[in-house]
Amino acid sequence: MDVPAIAPLLPQLASGAAHTHALGFTFESLDGDRVRIRVPWRDDLVGDPETGVIAGGVVTTLLDHVGGLAVWVSLDNFKPLATLDLRVDYMRPARPRTDLIAEARCYRLTRSIAFVRAWAFEDAPDDPVAAAQAAYILTASRPGRRPRPEAGE
Amino acid sequence: MSRVISAMPYARFLGLRVDSEGDVLTVTMPFSDHLIGNPMLPALHGGSTAALLEITAMAQVAASFPEMHLPRPINVSVAYLRSGRPRDVLARARINKAGRRVAHVLAEAWQDDEDQPIAALTAHFLLEDRF
Repeated sequence: MDVPAIAPLLPQLASGAAHTHALGFTFESLDGDRVRIRVPWRDDLVGDPETGVIAGGVVTTLLDHVGGLAVWVSLDNFKPLATLDLRVDYMRPARPRTDLIAEARCYRLTRSIAFVRAWAFEDAPDDPVAAAQAAYILTASRPGRRPRPEAGE
Repeated sequence: MSRVISAMPYARFLGLRVDSEGDVLTVTMPFSDHLIGNPMLPALHGGSTAALLEITAMAQVAASFPEMHLPRPINVSVAYLRSGRPRDVLARARINKAGRRVAHVLAEAWQDDEDQPIAALTAHFLLEDRF
């Protein structure tokens, strides 16, 4: 199978922004349309100091971010996009002091909207810590019009 | 004050501050460069705003049910309404319904104008300490 043109950009897209860099996100793998990123466990990302489990908000951010990567993989191009909405189900507590991986797949792409599912896990996506369903809007600006940040544009 | 936020390392990572009026909490996420997700706009990472909403909701449930250890989210749904500009974000949550086992919570985040929210959250929390 041909390597998608977007593939060499994925490590930078996974961790290149200030927030993803600060959280320590790293690109993990690309297999077909399934993309994975990792957040290495760190004590300042913990939600409950009594358990040492990574905070739910970090998992949400990981799922939101990997979903965007899946859209770019599906487009095989880097285009501006914004998350429209994101739903996360928390299935079970994450293992203490353990890295999390998230995998996402864009299962439907229209001219303006991308539909994504994503999972967070320690070992395998069939034993998820959390599962997400999200929609992203492609925000490419029209010529002669200043890009506006509104998600619903 | 909120015991959830003061005890949570990740809340410190986000720089969260809490104000309370009666038992209603308002949580502020002060702007910081490390919250930026899109350097071109620039805009806050949506995940940081979602995390603020989630932690605000959790802290509000904990404030309303002081005997609980830590309210556990069952699921959260976030709608992103506007891009988060490089400024402080504030958030407030409301317990819409609390049953015996589950609470349904709504929360909104805004920047300059509370009537122009940048994101809205709907969540269910488990009110039992065992999942």
